[in-house]
Amino acid sequence: MSKKLETAHAGTLESSDAFVRVIPIDAKGIEIELESSVEEIYGDAIRALVLETVTTMGIEGVKLIVQDKGALDYVIKARVQTAILRALGEPEPDWSVL
Amino acid sequence: MKQKLRRSMLFVPGSNTGMVCNAFIYKPDTVMFDLEDSVALSEKDSARMMVYHALQHFTYKNIETAVRVNPLNSPFGLLDLEAAIRAGVDIIRLPKTDTVDDVLEMEQEISHIENRIGRSKKTMLLAAIESALGVVNAVDIARCSKRLMGIALGAEDFVRDLHTQRTKEGHELMAARNQILLAARAAKIGAFDSVFSDVKDKEGFMHEVDYIKGLGFDGKSLINPNQIPWLHSAFAPSQKNINWAIEVLEAAKDAKARGLGVISLDGKMVDAPVILRAEWIMDLARASGVLGEDQ
Repeated sequence: MSKKLETAHAGTLESSDAFVRVIPIDAKGIEIELESSVEEIYGDAIRALVLETVTTMGIEGVKLIVQDKGALDYVIKARVQTAILRALGEPEPDWSVL
Repeated sequence: MKQKLRRSMLFVPGSNTGMVCNAFIYKPDTVMFDLEDSVALSEKDSARMMVYHALQHFTYKNIETAVRVNPLNSPFGLLDLEAAIRAGVDIIRLPKTDTVDDVLEMEQEISHIENRIGRSKKTMLLAAIESALGVVNAVDIARCSKRLMGIALGAEDFVRDLHTQRTKEGHELMAARNQILLAARAAKIGAFDSVFSDVKDKEGFMHEVDYIKGLGFDGKSLINPNQIPWLHSAFAPSQKNINWAIEVLEAAKDAKARGLGVISLDGKMVDAPVILRAEWIMDLARASGVLGEDQ
């Protein structure tokens, strides 16, 4: 069963960071909207990373808007995970799946 | 046992992504990710998650890491602890340590988490003493846990507790520094001084570093990477000390080869503490860039 989500966000628009918004959608699946200064080179890799991160957390029926400001992989992952946890209203993650 | 160099402990706010990603570049002896006072209440969760990932990133594999967690009686303390230990942190910095019970409670929680996740490496503890009560109890605190690798002075909260403020001269910290140093040395653990907040005042910083080094402190917490080379240069041994250390170590090596137990150098006895001191000076010299790695 899909988990109930609220709209939430995490991160900043500062250099080396990413700002991630999570919006619940009616459809199943995961939509990703990416805006990045390095989209041409790393766009596919960033989308794959976001998708994998969300899937691993067992989430669907969600749209993620990611504004990347040259963030490292782990920063994007951390921002996505935090935004999802906030959307779920869960303070403590299941560390075994992160 | 060989002592690890811990001259510089660089505070990195867990909510400052740029600093979290880049702190390793400045080569402090220890990177101290902060989840406590430098992180706003609304960002405790995001900072914790960021630090959890940074600790596991290859850029922090060859540098000692510490995490300053929130107090256990806050809603964040246990969550911080779990994240840091799961991510493989070397040291947990316990804030506002007033009593032995504060350390023992933290030690117990660390053990629970380590056992639950099957971590074989023992997480070390650094107790920050930031109150008059903590200073009075420093001797007992320093001796109460095998996990403790050191105790540190947290001067900003301490002076508030004393009803005074910090000065360049530092008279208000004199008793606390001496007490913390004595307590640490009696327990054979490290002693670490507080931050120097005025990042533009190099002269004042160097004056304070010379002073605390002279007292016997192992190092100092830092809030700005610019202070790292200043601190390391102040801790670099003099050429005279290096020459002495080389002579001691050569004499010790020669004596060992000849099967001699006690040796003398220039008429002075050289025993185990003197040899350890010489090794320490050579480690400092290497880390300060005064010697090559092979010397």
